[in-house]
Amino acid sequence: MKITKTAQAGAVESSDVLITVAPNPEGGIKIELETKRVIEKQFGQQIEKVIRETVEALNVEDVIVKAQDKGALDYTYRARVQAALERAL
Amino acid sequence: MSHYRSMLIMPGNSPKRLQDASVFNPDLLVLDLKGVKDEEKDSARLLVKEAIGFMDYEKVKIVVRINTLESGFGAKDIEVIARVKPAALMLPQASVEKLQDVEKILAGVEKEAGLEPGKILLFPVIETVKALENVSSILSVSTRVVGAFFNADGLAQELGMTRTKDGEEILYARSKVAMACRVAGLDSFDTPYNDGNDTEGLEKDAGKARNLGFTGKAAINGRQIDIIHRVFA
Amino acid sequence: MKNSVGREIPDYIESYGQVKPFEGAFANYGERRRVSVKLRSVKPGESKVVETIDAVLDRVGIRDGMTVSFHHHLRNGDYVLNQVMAAIAKRGIKDITVAATGIFPIHEPLVEYIKNGTVTGINVNYIAPGPVAKAISKGLLKNPAVLMSHGGRPRAIESGDIHIDVAFIAAPTVDSYGNINGVYGNAACGTLAYAVPDAQYADCVVAVTDNLVPYPACPIEITQDFVDYVVKVDSIGDPNGIVSGTLTVTKDPVGLRIAKLAAQVIEATGYIKDGMSFQTGAGGTSLAVAAEVRKFMQEKNVVGSFAAGGITGYMVDMLKEGLFRTLFDVQCFDFKAIASLRDNEKHQWMSGSLYGNPHNKGAVVNNLDVMILGATEIDTDFNVNVVTGSDGVIIGASGGHNDTAAGSKIAIVVTNLTKGRLPVVKDKVTTVTTPGETVDVLVTERGIAVNPRRTDLIEKLKATDLPVMPIEELKNLAERLTGKPEPIQVGDQVVAIVEYRDGTVIDVVRKILD
Repeated sequence: MKITKTAQAGAVESSDVLITVAPNPEGGIKIELETKRVIEKQFGQQIEKVIRETVEALNVEDVIVKAQDKGALDYTYRARVQAALERAL
Repeated sequence: MSHYRSMLIMPGNSPKRLQDASVFNPDLLVLDLKGVKDEEKDSARLLVKEAIGFMDYEKVKIVVRINTLESGFGAKDIEVIARVKPAALMLPQASVEKLQDVEKILAGVEKEAGLEPGKILLFPVIETVKALENVSSILSVSTRVVGAFFNADGLAQELGMTRTKDGEEILYARSKVAMACRVAGLDSFDTPYNDGNDTEGLEKDAGKARNLGFTGKAAINGRQIDIIHRVFA
Repeated sequence: MKNSVGREIPDYIESYGQVKPFEGAFANYGERRRVSVKLRSVKPGESKVVETIDAVLDRVGIRDGMTVSFHHHLRNGDYVLNQVMAAIAKRGIKDITVAATGIFPIHEPLVEYIKNGTVTGINVNYIAPGPVAKAISKGLLKNPAVLMSHGGRPRAIESGDIHIDVAFIAAPTVDSYGNINGVYGNAACGTLAYAVPDAQYADCVVAVTDNLVPYPACPIEITQDFVDYVVKVDSIGDPNGIVSGTLTVTKDPVGLRIAKLAAQVIEATGYIKDGMSFQTGAGGTSLAVAAEVRKFMQEKNVVGSFAAGGITGYMVDMLKEGLFRTLFDVQCFDFKAIASLRDNEKHQWMSGSLYGNPHNKGAVVNNLDVMILGATEIDTDFNVNVVTGSDGVIIGASGGHNDTAAGSKIAIVVTNLTKGRLPVVKDKVTTVTTPGETVDVLVTERGIAVNPRRTDLIEKLKATDLPVMPIEELKNLAERLTGKPEPIQVGDQVVAIVEYRDGTVIDVVRKILD
């Protein structure tokens, strides 16, 4: 599936994440995670994995996913990424 | 479902509130999709769906307050949420017809998803004049209906009522709902006490509701749960 | 070598010396000596008042390699450390060790002095998250910082482990002969507890004030016989910066729930009784615990013996209510506490040494019943970290943590199970500050864990329906929510040495990478 525009879901609020998705002209799934150093070092890989899995589960290709994180847990990532992608279709 | 004393209502679009909720040990945890603003209802639906599958909700029973069917959001709410098997769905602005419509959709989703038929229960919200006058019929629409939630704020809006702390203006409505639920052998939940910081007022208000025959009460924050449990023991 | 809490520490550290490894919270007691003090006697007729900080630096003969000290009772409103260090730096002096009891964001100018070699060593009890802490974590300070506790620093000063050349004491009120108090003046801060050992043992003591009063000052916390010079500046601090952090009971429902559970633990284990003593921190949840304990005390008509520690207006209210006979104050956190110390003889100050020094004839912490503590991390052995975040960056330091944990009859850590994405309960803490043998109970919103050593507490809590579970279960619950954290890589270079209150090394902090 291809997304056709930029869309967002979530919020820059404690325990949440603001996900912005946009079509990726270079192809493939690109993930940009912005979060506190202490979270990035310990959970950065896990967060990227969850984002990637959610994108792939929806069969979306060629997308840039930007995450502005405020300490969101995995389930919040799954929900916000899915919501953003559905809004971007 | 046996006797439930408290119902904690948490905004469905707030991860922080969803994560804190079980900590307060409410008997029922209501994850609210209706109170979410329209532009975010799709996102909230997914958040609640993911939360149900993930959070440590083992000790509480999960109820999801869906949007009305006529809002355009309700049908998809049922489709998505039923699949993660909450204990019950709560239908705002309930009426006999709307409850029947919801049940039809719910049964369809249960069948399609291979879920145990009839397992997901229903809580109608009595918050319109029509519903108030027809509450007994509403309660008997289906065996899925296990109780009712009386929401005074909804009623107040329709009638242009000013709410007061001692609740004289909603005395009739409260009594009617409580009595109808008693006769039907179902749980009844009283409207929440909206001043989250006034614990004395809450205790009085909960006492009043109990006296009128309610079996439980809704709470808007975790601190209210202990008091409600004490009053409705 | 590995110390007795299993941390790998060097045998010898350049600039610090031979490392004495931590051997147990109560392994180091017995005969002790206090170091002798050098002083310059003052003849009748001599004046102590010096016009400027610069002139004072001439008088004390400031030179390369000296150790200068400061107290942090002015907290994030302190001007004195910056003023003195600026004057020292301007002279091109190098290799200064700053022995400050606390460093706050306002002390950011230190970063520049660290970078240019003016300051090559730091001794501190509490360092707020901020630029100085980051600079130390990055390894910019030439010698590893030494982190001590509020009780351990006086021990180090009295035993000679630290030698202070010049103590600069920010004095909200002082007379021309050096009698100091902290309860009057524009920059009134209450007690000057942490400055007392410095006054008694430094070679040279300078009172820096913006409020020079006619002789003699009254009351007097630090007496003239310890003070060499008095210098007046325009302002020693900003009163609004002195009050930092949250000082009211939290409204957050989760924090309140934690507090309620903690109070129920205290009650169920029998510590709410006449003559009880109590100490808590200044944060929102810590004060909420005090609020819940207050309710129990009122219900049971209990009169406690004392409340101690950093004192807030909340504790003052409890004193006024008659719930405690007296307060022992080592730091005033707000204006109400300052006024109470000044006006109520039942509100008493205690020096840092009297508060928590393990090597005197008995500190106040030895008489403490109930202690409420915080934690950045706690592990399944109940070791607590309050020094670094989980990424190894310095964000605190012991303060009174390991002193009160050791002295109190029941030490209770209250914390959320997770802070945002970060699990508080872990397999192993990043840095050990307080050893598990002194930590008795962990209370989180999702459950309570009791140190297996405390079979007495476990027994008493069995009879309640409180959610008690093994600490491993809490850790698993935390990880279930956050996921299992990846271990963080740090470098080899030791950037900070974490001393236990008895002067042994309980852990080290290593340089962060990138």
